[in-house]
Amino acid sequence: MTSTPALVTPDSGCAPDVLRERGQREVFCGLTGIVWLHRKIQDAFFLIVGSRTCAHLMQSAAGVMIFAEPRFATAIIEERDLAGMADANEELDRVAAQVLARRPDIKTLFLVGSCPSEVIKLDLSRAAARLDAATDGVRVLSYSGSGIETTFTEGEDTCLEALVAELPEAPSEEASLLVVGALADVVEDQFMRLFDALGIGPVHFLPARTSDTLPAVGPGTRYLLAQPFLARTGAALEGRGATRISAPFPLGANGTEAWLRAAADMWGVDADLFETVIAAPRARARKALGRHHEALSGRSVFFFPDSQLEIPLARFLHEELGARLIEVGTPYLHRTHLDCELPRLPADVQLSEGQHVDRQLDRCRAARPDLTVCGLGLANPLEAEGLSTKWAIELVFTPIQGFEQAGDLAELFTRPLRRRDLLRVG
Amino acid sequence: MKLTVWTYEGPPHVGAMRIATAMEDLHYVLHAPQGDTYADLLFTMIERRDRRPPVTYTTFQARDLGTDTAELFKIAAQEAYDRYKPTAMLVGASCTAELIQDDPGGLATTLGLPCPVLPLELPSYQKKENWGASETFYRLVRGLCGAGAPAPGAEKAERAPGRPRCNVLGAAALGFRHRDDVKEITGLLNRMGIDVAVCAPLGATPADVSRLGEADFNVVLYPEIADQAARWLEKAFGQPYTKTIPIGVGATRDFVAEVAAIADVDPAAGLDERDLRLPWWSRSVDSNYLTGKRVFIFGDATHAMAAARIAVEEMGFDLVGLGAYNREFARGVRETAERYGVEPLITDDYLEVEAAIEAARPELVLGTQMERHISKRLSVSCAVISAPVHVEDFPARYAPQMGFEGANVIFDTWVHPLVMGLEEHLLGMFREDFEFSDEAGPSHLGSHGGHATPEPGQTAQADAADDADDAPIWSEDALAELKKIPFFVRGKARRNTEKHAAEQGVAQISVDTLYDAKAQYAR
Repeated sequence: MTSTPALVTPDSGCAPDVLRERGQREVFCGLTGIVWLHRKIQDAFFLIVGSRTCAHLMQSAAGVMIFAEPRFATAIIEERDLAGMADANEELDRVAAQVLARRPDIKTLFLVGSCPSEVIKLDLSRAAARLDAATDGVRVLSYSGSGIETTFTEGEDTCLEALVAELPEAPSEEASLLVVGALADVVEDQFMRLFDALGIGPVHFLPARTSDTLPAVGPGTRYLLAQPFLARTGAALEGRGATRISAPFPLGANGTEAWLRAAADMWGVDADLFETVIAAPRARARKALGRHHEALSGRSVFFFPDSQLEIPLARFLHEELGARLIEVGTPYLHRTHLDCELPRLPADVQLSEGQHVDRQLDRCRAARPDLTVCGLGLANPLEAEGLSTKWAIELVFTPIQGFEQAGDLAELFTRPLRRRDLLRVG
Repeated sequence: MKLTVWTYEGPPHVGAMRIATAMEDLHYVLHAPQGDTYADLLFTMIERRDRRPPVTYTTFQARDLGTDTAELFKIAAQEAYDRYKPTAMLVGASCTAELIQDDPGGLATTLGLPCPVLPLELPSYQKKENWGASETFYRLVRGLCGAGAPAPGAEKAERAPGRPRCNVLGAAALGFRHRDDVKEITGLLNRMGIDVAVCAPLGATPADVSRLGEADFNVVLYPEIADQAARWLEKAFGQPYTKTIPIGVGATRDFVAEVAAIADVDPAAGLDERDLRLPWWSRSVDSNYLTGKRVFIFGDATHAMAAARIAVEEMGFDLVGLGAYNREFARGVRETAERYGVEPLITDDYLEVEAAIEAARPELVLGTQMERHISKRLSVSCAVISAPVHVEDFPARYAPQMGFEGANVIFDTWVHPLVMGLEEHLLGMFREDFEFSDEAGPSHLGSHGGHATPEPGQTAQADAADDADDAPIWSEDALAELKKIPFFVRGKARRNTEKHAAEQGVAQISVDTLYDAKAQYAR
């Protein structure tokens, strides 16, 4: 079991105050990250070592069933495993062999820890090492997606952290760019074209789409976070000698420009070239956003904690669409990785970290925001109370990064409002 | 450990949530780690409920494990009481909390809350969702009406004058069409001159549950949830309960007879069949094409058994497979399977069900959302008859499964995915028409009816496995001829031809072999 790193530094004077709460947290656990990771990494299989609850979560969180055989499954711990009638490690070996026999195309097998596997102290890293040695041609790794260790997107963080240990050593100190955090393939391809045009390279992405294309890492590596929830992965990369490029996240026209500029500055890209390369896509993004500005300008927005994307998203809504932020909740506030985001928030926003869901609902009801961004458990009940909502999970499962997706991102927020105005049934 | 891709049932505490969420004025405090709150979305999204389930979770994290998770539970329980003021509370643990053994029941007792608190022991590593729902309902019934039960051996009180009264038991949150079944059966009982005293758990308060013993008898709609409670009520209050599940025409008639006998009323009013259409719809000539359609049925035991009877006796289908995922009720499924001459499949292993369906090559699958998934992969028509449910199993319209209206709904639902009678013939006659191709699937289903029946030689992996070395080989000509057969009977034609070839010792299937087989198997 790894311990949760201390992510919170004392409040600095310039940032808004943070309300820290403890109570019921209405959030997913890190296992949920498998829903997108198993599609992103095409030759990986995710074997959760957990309970029936874990398996049930996976098929419920996937929302609609995935109409292809999923590259994930659960090894459900049973009474006889707990009572010591069966040797848990032997059982795990047997189930892993079953998975690999069924899916000979798999190149990486992740053993994913869960709440029960961690409470009974089943050592998955040892199991992974044992299985890795015993199976030819398949890399076996482990990470924790348990709710006691990880919140929702942190499951991607722990997965990528496990991958960082596997990255080959970069042969030289030559500068290379590593973009970190799962992105939709289409977004990745767009960024790749922009980096090429800017003359930035070599560029690699983590996670890579297949197991045989793991990027090398070393002191020449500059990494640029594409997602804000990668505290452990960032630390692991720094442990391998890589350096973080400080930047806001590539959400919206401004966010994407600033994100690209941070890399361009690091590579010493000529200002005119930078302007030439991004002018057209940035203009498209601004035009697309313009169509949504009226719908969101002056509207009040309340974020419940979900994916850690809340602060960059709030910055985007505030800066590029003129929305009024009431409360922005996040499961964890990672000040270092948000160093370029926090100063861009308005001074009067209430940031909150952690959750006491009943009290937060009280605040939300009192504020009557025009739009509430929240999880699936809260959305319909709030709609029934007359509050328009946006499911936070859609912001994780939809390509929203980059210039070409800026309009789509804005649309995710304006659609509930437009729909409310359209409907003539009460 | 058991390898699981998809699960038919959630953990037992989700069953408890289905009871708590169905009821009013009840609150469930669940000792559970962060993340277990996902279960809320089952109710708010799949069932579109407009309120959060009445469940408070402790959502402990790793840092709490080293300190005091028990204290966390006490705080959560006290806050839940103060905020929601329920008239009764359930307390329990999810799978992870079960391992840390904090004893929620004992902890809640120390709080001295001013309402009944019922502790639930739901062993997560042995039991599943339906068992959890049944156990929770039983504990509630026993805990809330136990005090009112007459002493053992006491004379049963004379029945009060007036209309007989019954309780309707078993309907819960997240059930397959429970909302509409309750309405349909309540209407049926009312027409027979019987009043429904309490419907539970759906819509009941703890106070309602505490007066279950006052009714004359119980109607059990879903044995998976209410059988245990009904047995106890029979023992404690001498209330008989119904054993027939009124799904289908025959079963509804049997149910009316059973209720009439228990309540001592005339069954005639219950047998008013003016609005029942299934029998005529099924006898009308258009339905001839339903004859002998190969049907595979899988679901919870109650719905699967009912579907088997309807399929064989009321639709004229050919039953080629019958199974259920809840082992607790396997006996009835085995008996039904024997009656209809098929092998029962009792398993909660999705992969095993998939293999059985693939082997049986049905033309229609009646199953759960899992079988819908399997059918889509195998390009077989499918209708959903049982939980586990998805959002589309909560239709806006009135769509019961029970009673005579339920039978009408079932006829429509099962026939809908199939190719219609004359369309089937036209497709067979004019297969070369580029616009009227069977590749498009049934015309009323748009692209959803599309299909790609695996052809010999290009089948899925599983097929490759059963194509043993001695399997006959298809000649080019025979393959081309096979493709001229409409997709919905192509699988059958292929299977029959291969069987015929094997029996005749034919190594290579020619066009003649194909038609020999057709003549051999012609009905």
